[in-house]
Formats: sequence, C-alpha cells, structure tokens
Amino acid sequence: MSPIIEIRGLSLAYERDGRRTEILSALDLAVPRGQFLVIVGESGVGKSTLLRVLIDLAKPSTGTVGLHTAPDTRTPMALVFQDARLLPWRRVIDNVAFGLERHGLPKAERRDRAAAMLKLVGLADLAGRWPHQLSGGQRQRVAIARALAVEPEVLLMDEPFSALDSFTREGLQDEIQRIKAQTGKTVLFVTHDIDEAVYLADRVVVLAGSPGRIAADVSITLPRPRRRRDAELVEAARHLRAELSRRSSDL
Amino acid sequence: MTALRSAGLAAVGLAAFLGVWEAAPRLDLVNPAFLPPPSSIPAAFGREIAGGAWPRAVAESLSHYVVGLGVGAGAGIALGLLSGMFRWFESLTAWIVRLLRPIPGLAWVPFAIIWFGVQPSAAVFIIAIGVFWIVFFATQGAVRGVDRDLIEVAQAFGFRGPFARLTKILLPAATPGILVGVRTALGQAWMAVVAAEIFGVPGIGARMMQASSLLSTDIVVVYMLTMAALYGLFDTGFVALQGWLLRWRA
Repeated sequence: MSPIIEIRGLSLAYERDGRRTEILSALDLAVPRGQFLVIVGESGVGKSTLLRVLIDLAKPSTGTVGLHTAPDTRTPMALVFQDARLLPWRRVIDNVAFGLERHGLPKAERRDRAAAMLKLVGLADLAGRWPHQLSGGQRQRVAIARALAVEPEVLLMDEPFSALDSFTREGLQDEIQRIKAQTGKTVLFVTHDIDEAVYLADRVVVLAGSPGRIAADVSITLPRPRRRRDAELVEAARHLRAELSRRSSDL
Repeated sequence: MTALRSAGLAAVGLAAFLGVWEAAPRLDLVNPAFLPPPSSIPAAFGREIAGGAWPRAVAESLSHYVVGLGVGAGAGIALGLLSGMFRWFESLTAWIVRLLRPIPGLAWVPFAIIWFGVQPSAAVFIIAIGVFWIVFFATQGAVRGVDRDLIEVAQAFGFRGPFARLTKILLPAATPGILVGVRTALGQAWMAVVAAEIFGVPGIGARMMQASSLLSTDIVVVYMLTMAALYGLFDTGFVALQGWLLRWRA
C-alpha cells in the first residue's frame, strides 16, 4: 500500500541570539495508510515539533513532506493537543463544530456532525455544557471529537493523555483504539510512555538524540483487542526500553 | 458580618448623612441658598417634572451620552483591535498616541465649539474623546493578552487569515478585557456629558448652570442626584449584560 505521508530529509533548526539549535535532523519516514504509528522519545527530542511541521504550525529548514490524501479532502490532518485547548467561550457542541466552519456547511449540518462525533466519544449528554464544567478526561474527549469532526485522513495526537490520571488515561487509550478500528484513520500518536506506545501501536518509531533522529523502528504485530500487561506486550516494551537506552547511550 | 447587618449599617450611615445635611441649613449653620436641605428636593423635583424641564434635559443628555459613548467606544475598540493585532500599526501610531493621549478630554472643548458650534455634536465629540483612550488601551491590552495556544488551535484547523483570527479567536477571547474598559468608560462618559453641557449644549449640565445662576440650588441637587441615578442604572444594566456575555466563564 502506498504511504499516505512521506517525509524526506526533514530538518528543523532555529536561531536565537546568534546560536543555532537543531531540533530535528535528516528525518525520513513513510507512514502507510491506516497505520497506528506511535512516536516515542524523551522530551525535547522533537516529537511534537514533527507533528507541528505536519500540520503547518512550524516550517522545516530543509526536506519535504509528501501528503497523498484524497484531492477533495478539506482538512487532510487534524491535531489533538496535549492540553485540550477548547475555546472556553463555546459550548461543547460548538467546540466540536469549530473546524467545520471552514467547510461551507449549513449550521444545522455542522451541528448534526458535531453531535455525531460527541456520540462517538461518549459525550452526547454534555453538548450544551461549557468547557470549564468538564473534567480533564472529558475535555480531551471533546478535543478528539473536534479533530475527528473535520474528517481528517490523518489524526495527529500530541501526548494527548499525558496530563490525565492513569485511570482516565487507560479509559481513553481503549477509546482511541475503538475509534481507530471504527474509522480506519491513519493515526500519528506522540508519547513518552513506552507502555502506552506498545499497547496502541501497529508500529513504534523511537526518536532519540539532539537533534532528534530515528533511533529504532519496530512493528508491533500483536492482535487486537490487546490486553494490558499481556506477556507479549510486556516483552515488546522491555525490548523497546533496552533499544532506547542503548541508542541514547550511543548518541 | 451578615448581609442584613451590613445593609442595616449602610442605612444608618445614609440616614446620619441626610440628618446632618438637613440640620445644617435648618439650624442656620449654612445659608439654605448655598445648601438646600434634602427635604426640599422632592418638591423641586416635582416642579422640574411638571414644567417639563426634567424629561427634556434627561432625554437630551442621554442622547449625547449614548451616541458619544457609542462613537468613542466603537472607535476605541476598532483601533485597539488593529493596534493589538498588527505590530506595524502599533509602530505607525506610537508617537501619535504619545502626543495625543495626555491631552485631557476637556481640553478639546474650544475646538469642539469651533468645529461643531454649541450643538449636540459638540457634546458627542467631547464625550467620545473622553471615552476613546480608555477603551482603546483596554482593547489593545486584551488582544495582546490572548493565549497564543488558542490562536494555534485556529491555525491548526486552517483559520489562518487575519479576519478569521479576529472573529474566531481574538474578539471572543478579548471580550472580558474590552468590557472592563467599556465599564470604566460608562462612568467617564457622564463626566464628559456634564462638562460639555456646562458650556451650553442643552441637557442636564446646561440646566444645572441655568439653575445655579438663579441660585436655585435645590434644582442643581435634583440634577446631581439624577446623574447618580442614571449612572447607577446604566452600570447595573451593563453588569447584567457583562454577566450574560461572559456566562462561559467559571
């Protein structure tokens, strides 16, 4: 299957006070359509920056990003931020409909689609609430619904569950797997949590070093639904940890 | 202190204030023509209403107030948004602002009269200038203070032009700060109303000057209290509107 995203020779550096800082260096990465790709690495390794380049919030210094999405896609990619970043002056339903306001749909249809997305993340009852009335986990679900509402072909998620307590986090991990299975979207998911990575991923890419490079690229072929603390998952995580510490000591 | 007790104390304080005020002219401590006792005010108020002067003056002043406030706050918000959004606009206007901002609103009275005559438009002009700077700086600061992260959300969803940034993020996010400025302006505008009308534009201020030249100080007090009441009314209404507009806040 042809890749939906093809990153070639991507580097990103910025200059401040005459000092040049490289965040990412000569990155090559091809993401097949429909893959759940998890990018792990320590903080400061450029994981988030990579997503920001993909969604055009940051410009690469060199390299190209090839995107092979359907030509009629209005919003090929959507990003879920680490902190939900809901717009506090909009009710939940209007937050979910936010991205649709660019799509030239009548208001009733935007509302219908937003309501359907809220149902998908299990928050249909909270449509009329204000963001400040929600828990952290609910806010993040709304952010996921907002990203899905624009029907992106690729869903980018930047450490979306790292600010949540572990109970909520596990619930949302299962939820995102279910949504992935239901919608078949390509997902690029950034985390620093290796257990989370192996639980969710079809493939784990490890970024390490400064500037960040791809240090390991591992397929996780365990069947779904997966069970947490399954022996094979634990083994995959152990292998990945070993790989990660070996690579970072090399670099 | 309970709410009831503090309300009781407030009532006692007001009663004592009115008592001293009433006693001073009655005991001939001051000339009643210089300080009319509060008991004489209702009758004066009745005469002003019966003669039609009160409704006319209030209607005139209110129209200056509302139009002046609208023009001044509207211009303040518009230019404050521009200045908050675009650095080049802020730089372009930086020295103009430095030059004009320190000039008190009332210093514009001579030009107001030369340009507009002793007309309602002169009052509107003075009120608008008095209000403009407050709202301008409140708006500029509020736009500057908008969370960059929210602007990024708009960009990530493809809202990248300045107009979309303004309507989707900046304006709603800056609304609380803008409203604080407008509320301050609400009070400032009454000062400008009186000032403008004291120079002859018909309204409450002009009526007060008329009355004081005839030593009808009870009528002056009627209009002073009228202004306090009108300001209280507008401020209460505005606070209610503010609460409704900002009902999304915790």
